[in-house]
Amino acid sequence: MLIFEQSRSGRTNPPQAPLQDVAIDDIPDQFRRQSKPTLPEVSEMQAVRHYTRLSQKNFSIDTHFYPLGSCTMKYNPRGCNTLAMLPGFLRRHPLSPDSMSQGFMACMFELQEMLKDVTGMKAVSLAPMAGAQGEFTGVAMIRKYHESRNDDARTEILVPDAAHGTNPATAVMCNYKVREIPTNDQGDVDLEALKAAVGPQTAGIMLTNPSTLGVFERKIKEIADIVHEAGGLLYYDGANLNAILGKVKPGDMGFDVIHMNLHKTFSTPHGGGGPGAGPVGVSQRLEPYLPVPLLSKEGDQYRWLTDNERPESIGKLSTFMGNAGVLLRAYIYARLLGKEGMHRVSEFATLNANYMLARMRDAGFELAYPQRRATHEFIVTMRKQAKELGVNAMDFAKRLLDYGFHAPTTYFPLLVPECLLIEPTETESREDIDAFIEAMIAIQNEAETTPETVKQAPYTLPVRRLDDVKAAKELDLAWKPE
Amino acid sequence: MSNIPQELRFTKSHEWVKREEDGTLVIGITDHAQQLLGDLVFVEVPEAGSSFKDSDDCAVIESVKAASDVYCPVAGEVIESNEALADAPETINNDPYGDGWIFKLKPEDEGAYDGLMDADAYAEVVAEDEH
Repeated sequence: MLIFEQSRSGRTNPPQAPLQDVAIDDIPDQFRRQSKPTLPEVSEMQAVRHYTRLSQKNFSIDTHFYPLGSCTMKYNPRGCNTLAMLPGFLRRHPLSPDSMSQGFMACMFELQEMLKDVTGMKAVSLAPMAGAQGEFTGVAMIRKYHESRNDDARTEILVPDAAHGTNPATAVMCNYKVREIPTNDQGDVDLEALKAAVGPQTAGIMLTNPSTLGVFERKIKEIADIVHEAGGLLYYDGANLNAILGKVKPGDMGFDVIHMNLHKTFSTPHGGGGPGAGPVGVSQRLEPYLPVPLLSKEGDQYRWLTDNERPESIGKLSTFMGNAGVLLRAYIYARLLGKEGMHRVSEFATLNANYMLARMRDAGFELAYPQRRATHEFIVTMRKQAKELGVNAMDFAKRLLDYGFHAPTTYFPLLVPECLLIEPTETESREDIDAFIEAMIAIQNEAETTPETVKQAPYTLPVRRLDDVKAAKELDLAWKPE
Repeated sequence: MSNIPQELRFTKSHEWVKREEDGTLVIGITDHAQQLLGDLVFVEVPEAGSSFKDSDDCAVIESVKAASDVYCPVAGEVIESNEALADAPETINNDPYGDGWIFKLKPEDEGAYDGLMDADAYAEVVAEDEH
């Protein structure tokens, strides 16, 4: 039930705590609203109960193991939250002069430097407000680079068929044509197809490494050489940075531009639509085009550079400097880990994934790439179960909810039929990982003996199977008063 | 097992092609393709009058699982699109080779049709997929 549906006309509720009134005497009449806003008329008690109940229905990382592949649902340390909520940070006004924000700017500058170091890039901008905007920024810089050289023939961006859907979408938003590159049966980019696809029309390639198939792109140096020799640039999608954090640097692999999902790798809260943060790092040749404002340090003073000082910049991405609160949490997380800790993130993320992979294989589940070692995630395919038992990947996913686990990613990547993409992250205990595997084995038994049990799941949640066709076709997202 | 009508031609990317008496081609996606995609929720058909090269993406199909492109089997000009699909994308699930047709094409080269896969060759592609 929506809180609006609990509303009763005329119900008022005097504030339960002293009210800090804001004077509005100086707002001219024409700017004041004439009608009352449409707000639910409920008591404070009703509001508290409503939101508490909603939070209890949440299936979240705070309540359940959440091995959602490609999303890096790791624990968000409470300390990061506490420190980012210090009054000095919370009450800083984004329009206050640089001289009054030096502390905050020092944190941002250090974050910028740490991200540079851990990715091996020449320069970093914190401006993008989310991963998708980071991607857009990256490809917009590639476009500007070619334009500045009057290289107008470069109209194509190459994207492997294993890529996240955001990659081709980004290329199209930047007015490029997308050319798909196939993947071979080992999960690597097909080099022969790549060689045949590059040419004077190639603006660049967008790669995720490790790829969405949960394997490391072994020929990355060759790929970089092929694309660079053709005059194109290399874009690194930072979606899977957790697997290589502190171990391998995208800069060393030959990438010209990278975006990082701080809400994944650097553990800021995510899911439910953000807010995220998608800083970009660039090589020397793209450095002039970084978005503004860009943070600089002169002596012991920090200063935001604008397009006055950065005339070749692609420009601003939002009104202010980026998602301040998210960037702060990522900064604190990085400081808590230190350089050593960052190595351990990827070590344990890959160890956990490979432990799960080995146990699931031993339990009889079919791996999509049995000859490859997992990175921070891996894929099992349920095609046998679907064909022989009539129980598909989605049925397993739904039944897992009854066992107290958030489902892995289903039906992505598209290359693998009936797949589950499983990413435990480094913050799960062995007991929780084992319990997940036991649940998968139990569901497999159910699928063999009483398949209907699995196909009708879930049973224990506030809602049963939803009609996802109806939900997609009849979008009903906004409440309107009758 | 999916239905593969003998009288049609096919592509590796799971489009079917039917040749009409006047040489125009009717194009849709196969039964196997609709099974893989699952319940369709959105179809974007190409505009009549637009021209495509062989293998250009020319239509978009979205299911609850995935969004997928439809590729033009041979070069040509679109002469008609199945506008009814906009309101009823599930028609492709229910009748992929009949009411679920997506567009009609006037091919640049009438001989191109003969270069497409026949039903037996396509059955092998599907068998490999299911392996």
